[in-house]
Amino acid sequence: MTNLFANFVIVGERTNVTGSAKFRKLIEADDYSGALAVARQQVEAGANVLDVNMDAALIDGPKAMTRFLNLIAGEPDIARIPIMVDSSKWEVIEAGLRCVQGKAIVNSISLKEGEDIFLAHARKVRRYGAAVVVMAFDENGQADSENRKVEICTRAYDLLTANGFPPEDIVFDPNIFAVATGIEEHADYANAFFNAARRIRRDLPHAHVSGGVSNVSFSFRGNERVREAMHAVFLKHAIAAGMDMGIVNAGSLTLYDDVEPDLRARVEDVLLNRRADATERLLEVADRYKGGDKKKDAAKDLAWRELPVSERLAHALVHGINTHIVEDTEAARLETARPLHVIEGPLMDGMTVVGDLFGAGKMFLPQVVKSARVMKQAVAHLIPFMEEEKQRTGMAGRSNGKIVMATVKGDVHDIGKNIVGVVLQCNGYDIIDLGVMAPCDAILDAAIKENADAIGLSGLITPSLDEMCYVASEMQRRGMTLPLLIGGATTSRTHTAVKIAPNYKGATIYVTDASRAVPVVQKLLSSDAESFVKDVRADQDVARQQFLAGQDKRPRLPLQAARARAPRLDFAPARPSFLGVRAFRDFPLRELASYIDWTPFFASWDLTGRYPAILSDDIVGEAARGLFKDAEAMLDRMVAEKWVAAHGVVGFWPANRDGDDIVLYADETRSEEIARLHTLRQQMDKQAKPNFALADFVAPPGVADYVGAFAVTAGAHEDEAAERFKRVNDDYSAIMVKALADRLAEAFAECLHAKVRRELWGYAPDETLSNQALITERYQGTRPAPGYPAQPAHTEKRTLFTLLDAPRNAGMDLTESLAMTPPASVSGVYFSHPQAEYFGVGRIERYQVDDYARRKGWSRAEAERWLAPILAYDPARADAA
Amino acid sequence: MNRNERLAHFAAERAKRILVLDGAWGVHLQGRGLEEADYRGARFIGHNRPLKGNHDILCLTRPDVVAEVHAAYLDAGADITSTNTFSGTAISQADYDTQSVAREINAAAARIARETCDRYEVQDGKPRLVAGAVGPTNKTLSLSPDVNDPARRDATFEDLARAYADQALGLIEGGADIMLIETVFDTLTAKAALFGLWDAFDQTGEERPLWISGTITDRSGRTLSGQTVEAFWNSVRHANPWAVGLNCALGPTEMRPFLADLARVADCPVSAYPNAGLPNAMGGYDETPCSMETHYAEWARAGLVNIVGGCCGTTPEHVAHMKRAVEGVAPRTIPAHETKLRLSGLEPFNAAA
Repeated sequence: MTNLFANFVIVGERTNVTGSAKFRKLIEADDYSGALAVARQQVEAGANVLDVNMDAALIDGPKAMTRFLNLIAGEPDIARIPIMVDSSKWEVIEAGLRCVQGKAIVNSISLKEGEDIFLAHARKVRRYGAAVVVMAFDENGQADSENRKVEICTRAYDLLTANGFPPEDIVFDPNIFAVATGIEEHADYANAFFNAARRIRRDLPHAHVSGGVSNVSFSFRGNERVREAMHAVFLKHAIAAGMDMGIVNAGSLTLYDDVEPDLRARVEDVLLNRRADATERLLEVADRYKGGDKKKDAAKDLAWRELPVSERLAHALVHGINTHIVEDTEAARLETARPLHVIEGPLMDGMTVVGDLFGAGKMFLPQVVKSARVMKQAVAHLIPFMEEEKQRTGMAGRSNGKIVMATVKGDVHDIGKNIVGVVLQCNGYDIIDLGVMAPCDAILDAAIKENADAIGLSGLITPSLDEMCYVASEMQRRGMTLPLLIGGATTSRTHTAVKIAPNYKGATIYVTDASRAVPVVQKLLSSDAESFVKDVRADQDVARQQFLAGQDKRPRLPLQAARARAPRLDFAPARPSFLGVRAFRDFPLRELASYIDWTPFFASWDLTGRYPAILSDDIVGEAARGLFKDAEAMLDRMVAEKWVAAHGVVGFWPANRDGDDIVLYADETRSEEIARLHTLRQQMDKQAKPNFALADFVAPPGVADYVGAFAVTAGAHEDEAAERFKRVNDDYSAIMVKALADRLAEAFAECLHAKVRRELWGYAPDETLSNQALITERYQGTRPAPGYPAQPAHTEKRTLFTLLDAPRNAGMDLTESLAMTPPASVSGVYFSHPQAEYFGVGRIERYQVDDYARRKGWSRAEAERWLAPILAYDPARADAA
Repeated sequence: MNRNERLAHFAAERAKRILVLDGAWGVHLQGRGLEEADYRGARFIGHNRPLKGNHDILCLTRPDVVAEVHAAYLDAGADITSTNTFSGTAISQADYDTQSVAREINAAAARIARETCDRYEVQDGKPRLVAGAVGPTNKTLSLSPDVNDPARRDATFEDLARAYADQALGLIEGGADIMLIETVFDTLTAKAALFGLWDAFDQTGEERPLWISGTITDRSGRTLSGQTVEAFWNSVRHANPWAVGLNCALGPTEMRPFLADLARVADCPVSAYPNAGLPNAMGGYDETPCSMETHYAEWARAGLVNIVGGCCGTTPEHVAHMKRAVEGVAPRTIPAHETKLRLSGLEPFNAAA
């Protein structure tokens, strides 16, 4: 058979307090999440439109209607379908219309109070952009006969269309009344409806016919099977007559053919009023069906309840269903060792899925907010257990952070910021929301007063970007150190890296969207913060380099012209005290300690300021002093107990420049080339100033010049030392060990360089510089490291490591991406020329890249990969051209 | 030429050609180096908070600059120019504590636009339309500002309708020819705007054609409040709009599929004024006047548009190019749709006829 309901609009009726005692009780008990579950069930069961009715004595209609519809607006899987705002009170209808963005249906208006009020209501309905159900009701009462129904509907139709109401937006409800009541006048009610529906559909073009189907079976309340049979039979005849919309229980629409034939026949007799004893005959059998099993509504939709608990949690988060969240969270808690693991495990996994779907455009904002809400409820359930655990074990639960958020001055857009706030709140962070147009001072004052863990700035319009830069510079000026999060539509990774971050020494982090906010904040406030921030800073370096490479459109000099502008230096080189390499195993740590540059150490802990002034800084001074005390104490132990070892290697070789290369020879005969350093030349137009390449600092053939190289580490055993602390949950010390190892490695490089200048190479034997002077590099010569601006190609490290045999001599190695291991390591080349200086190569043209590739024995593609950050052109575009 | 003649003229013109709206405003005003003192003028010299960034108030304090922007777009060939009132409701102005002059701003804005257009009409005899720009506010009716109370809203429908009515009264007083409800990211807010505008029409006895332009926020094809293009159309069709369209958030490339959806479902003229591309990393826009011209020419040939213009990042030069792109190309034919009950939630639901 053809689908009876194919062109029939199913209006889900279960969210109607007059028709469903269950729903009424939920509303009366203020259980709106239970009420939403009913709505969701109707949608899942196939309702095309959702009927919402709050007309009950104990319910404040406008308030309940507003609240429920606002809640639905936050439930995309319900809000998907149109709403039927159902009330006999106009004020409730109007309250409902003010909450629906879609095109709704009003149910209902009528001529009960005359034409003026009818038309006034119709006009309002039109202004709210809704369709309307018109009840067959006039000044004389409700229409029960076929003719009265048609008469009233025709009058209403004429009035409405004459006043510009579109006929297709009119739905007539010609009244479905109960039959089989035992009252003789009621016997023909169903027929009256069928016949009226037929005439309305025929005579009133484009108008629709609807009705509340369950009214018809009212006299069989409590006997669901008979009622469902009556509805099925009624609908078959009504639809055949032209009824094209019905308010029904979307979950339990029984098909006419599925009704047991004997029951069906008896029902049909009643509805069509085919025999005088029809009601008695139906009553005869009705008891047989009483108490029969009800249809299990939407049982299939609960299939997800059978999944393992972690998948149930994920399902609930992704679909934003909070009906079972507490029981599922509890089940998960019982399965795990710590309540926190439920958060870090299944709940965060679920939120990651949400984040991914959101990122992929498969979920949209209201869904994410809803998911966040489920998350929050789950977390709330766990908090008492986490508190209890803390009491019992002294083991702290997750420490939540406090974040000050604001839309910056001059900008009033705050939706994105609010979402981020909500999502963070759901993950247990305290949000201090300063709203929109927040002046810089207000933000920073609040952050200090609240002792916030981070500041989040948001903005949508372009000028907000400048304001964010200003806030960052003010944070710097006020000596703040807490992380700064940047978000909003016009912000970007590049802008944050190029324009905002340089204003502020604290971590400045671009957050792509709300779904990224939680992982970012988690990392920032975790023991891993240091490495995360380090990664972010590294990424920002790349972004900056890419930006400079991409944005600086000033012309480059041709390579030949740049070479012609190389500096012309005079050479009077000193001979090193030895040639070849010399290893320094277990270099005395005590000696290195005095070479430490402490300023970057504080910076690594987000304490900004120059050492030693930072120790007396108004704001961070106290923290800096505390940290410094701990650091010195640990450094003493590190040195005394040899937690780490410092190994280094230094080498010197006869060398001469060959173009932009430096050739290293096996010995003073300068006949056997053992290595070649490839340097890159500046191509920017520096006007009168020379264009440098490192090769310029080495004499051409004919002069006996030399270069040196070094590789040092203070990181041997640093990982083991840190791990010992981590095992006892002392992350502070674990980080401290690594930070100090880093400082010792830098100190080793500084110390060794001084030794090189004074003794090993000995070109400045009388140099006596203070540590401070060393830090500011007031010495002769330079020690550029590969991967930094003077020698941007990291690949030179391979040459150095081979020359120095760094693995054997210093226990150092290179990863495939040419990072040095252990992490606390430094390497570089020594130049002794008095005019040797540190410089940045800047962007280079393809001609030099090709030249470099040829010298390196690389393909162009390989060269472009290694030199990507400094290319003055886009290789893909250059290829296409 | 009076308003009715002008509207009749454009009704006829619109059947023959694609009309051109102006481009972005904010960027232009920002680009003119205006300082706090310009925004304050003599009138708000002692105002209790900074006014820089309140572009709408320039209608009162630097009307000359506002007129210059209108003139730049008219020079570029725009048929329609929109008033400098995107944030002209008392609700938006409250951010600057200037809500008490909201209506005055709107009246002045419409007057400046109308006077500039009149000057051009006198010069070359070609009529120009002033569209009273009615934008969103930072209050949203479909989203909760509080996770713990998802039913909460930070404004009521009535609050917004009242603010929009007040804005409309100003725009009508100043002489706006049509009303442009634009950058609709929450349809319920747009419905409140319509409600307010009709209220203003009732109060003044003067009706104005309504133009509604929605904003699809990303490639998901939804408004911020979650509606699809067709659901949005079903929600505003009761306004019997003079035109319906899309603007902002997307560049021409990203907007095209949603514009095509709208062109298919809307049985009224369709407009499109995208941004000059998606905002790039530095907050700028990458579509050049020439690249935009290519998109508009393709849209025109594909029969998608009746009115074109530009949103964020577009300039008079863009407008000159878009005019060239649509010149001589027939406007979109307005489709005749079957009469049907067309409802919507976040998605459309069209009943059988």
